[in-house]
Amino acid sequence: MAGALVCTCRKRLSRAFELDAALTVPEGAAVSILFGPSGAGKSTLLRVIAGLTRADEGRVEFGGRVWFDSARGIDLAPQERRAGFLFQDYALFPHLTVAQNVGYAASAESARRMMETFRLGELADRKPSAISGGQQQRVALARALAAEPALLLLDEPLSALDAATRHRTQGELRRTLLASGVPAIVVTHDRMEAIALGDWMAVMVDGQVRQSGPVQEVFRKPADVAVAESVGVENVLPAEIAGREGGLLTLRVGGAVLVCVDGGEAGQGSAFACIRAEDVAVTRDPSQLTSVRNRIAGRVTAVVSQGALARVELDCGFPLVSLVTSQSAGEMALREGERVSAAIKATAVHLVPTME
Amino acid sequence: MDWQAIWLSIRLAAATTAILLAVGLPVAHWLAFSPRRWKFLVEAVVALPLVLPPTVLGFYILLAVGPRSPLGALYGKLTGGMLPFSFQGLLLASVLYSMPFTVQPVAAAFAGVDRKLLEASWCLGVSRAATFRRVIVPLSLRGIATGAILSFAHTLGEFGVVLMVGGNIAGSTRTVSISIYDSVQALDYGAAGATSLFLLVVSFVVLAVTYALQRRVWAVWPGH
Repeated sequence: MAGALVCTCRKRLSRAFELDAALTVPEGAAVSILFGPSGAGKSTLLRVIAGLTRADEGRVEFGGRVWFDSARGIDLAPQERRAGFLFQDYALFPHLTVAQNVGYAASAESARRMMETFRLGELADRKPSAISGGQQQRVALARALAAEPALLLLDEPLSALDAATRHRTQGELRRTLLASGVPAIVVTHDRMEAIALGDWMAVMVDGQVRQSGPVQEVFRKPADVAVAESVGVENVLPAEIAGREGGLLTLRVGGAVLVCVDGGEAGQGSAFACIRAEDVAVTRDPSQLTSVRNRIAGRVTAVVSQGALARVELDCGFPLVSLVTSQSAGEMALREGERVSAAIKATAVHLVPTME
Repeated sequence: MDWQAIWLSIRLAAATTAILLAVGLPVAHWLAFSPRRWKFLVEAVVALPLVLPPTVLGFYILLAVGPRSPLGALYGKLTGGMLPFSFQGLLLASVLYSMPFTVQPVAAAFAGVDRKLLEASWCLGVSRAATFRRVIVPLSLRGIATGAILSFAHTLGEFGVVLMVGGNIAGSTRTVSISIYDSVQALDYGAAGATSLFLLVVSFVVLAVTYALQRRVWAVWPGH
């Protein structure tokens, strides 16, 4: 059963940096993302949860069981927490074979099952140094799951892979995590990875958890400027791939049709169309001829001024956020309820395949 | 050649090495992984025999194990024997004298093991002791072998401490180096030369093997 994780902790890491985070992962979130720029304290928070780093103060509770409580002097060893940890470079035991790594802390039955699930049969007698990065990741995941953990913690699980492998592995990782039934927390600084892997996410900035919630919601409604800057993509739209022609993909988003560049990463079916708010232009006159491929009619639902920039929220049958200069928002006299046209270049639509 | 002395030296060196592996590995583990601030003090104590004249070390050991010392008195009560001028006393002195030769290479090897591997093992539910046995030791075999070989060789050639603590009792405390010294004193250059050559050859072979191990000239440890 996926239990809720509740973690509050303070940890001074240097004179200038203090981790002061409160994280609550709801019950039922299969894959949760801990997102933020590098140096935000994500990995440290993950280590605190695992029991590898001791917080100066705080409390960690998982599934109703207290793992750490500085006030009551409780501090379970990593062995007692049984939180599987996937290290960035996988930390496979170099003196053991693939099969010995997977079976390191597992029953023979569980190890055998994982060797099968991760298709490691052929690699069983190889040493970790003799297999590829993608294979190493599979071994590390198999090793962690074979020990039957209650919670899986993954520290930048894809960052050690080259770009091509990373793309291929992304979907596979999500499928594996879902199939395992073990709730997972994934640390990443890559927004596309967050969208592709996660159901739920928490954004960390400067040692604090600034916002958390369902992935699309966090992207659409960043709580503050720091979160908005770090997530960087305000529009994450569920889309259906409708056609592919001449290097372009046609997507159906809500009632509208979007065209984007075919990067070859998405196959058929559903995907997320990710668009940064600053890549969405707003015009009053839909007949203006430009090179922009996508024009979508919509209604202004809100205009929020953020200093030099104004955030224009549109309803185009689906919510769409645009970022324009306050000056042009003023010149266009944008007001709530007005009909406008949103223009998005095909190259500004980034497609992330969904895996269920 | 004084075979009795050679045999005694080999026995002493083997026993010293065995004890040092049992005692030195935990000490090295503590030195490599303890977060204590004052561990430099322990490091300094362990390394003392490297710089102290053997006579000084021998002198203090003699005082510490003498029949009037608490340790010597306890030993006397338990065994009815005496530590000074006995093989057992010599063994104790050798263990202390060769300690840095085991502890330093082994601690360096332990410290060289990627800490993430230990953490990975702990997160998989494996205890610290089992992690030591299953991850740290197998990954430090080269350092452990170096430490064992150096300790063995160092004990084989020990002189000052033996003279102070063990004296010169044939079959009990007269080691190779004492035997050579005796031969020279008796102007028996033939015997001294033969035993010396033996010690020279053994020492050279031991050191050559050690350096070869360190440079991975041979695949002595298959699978590494």
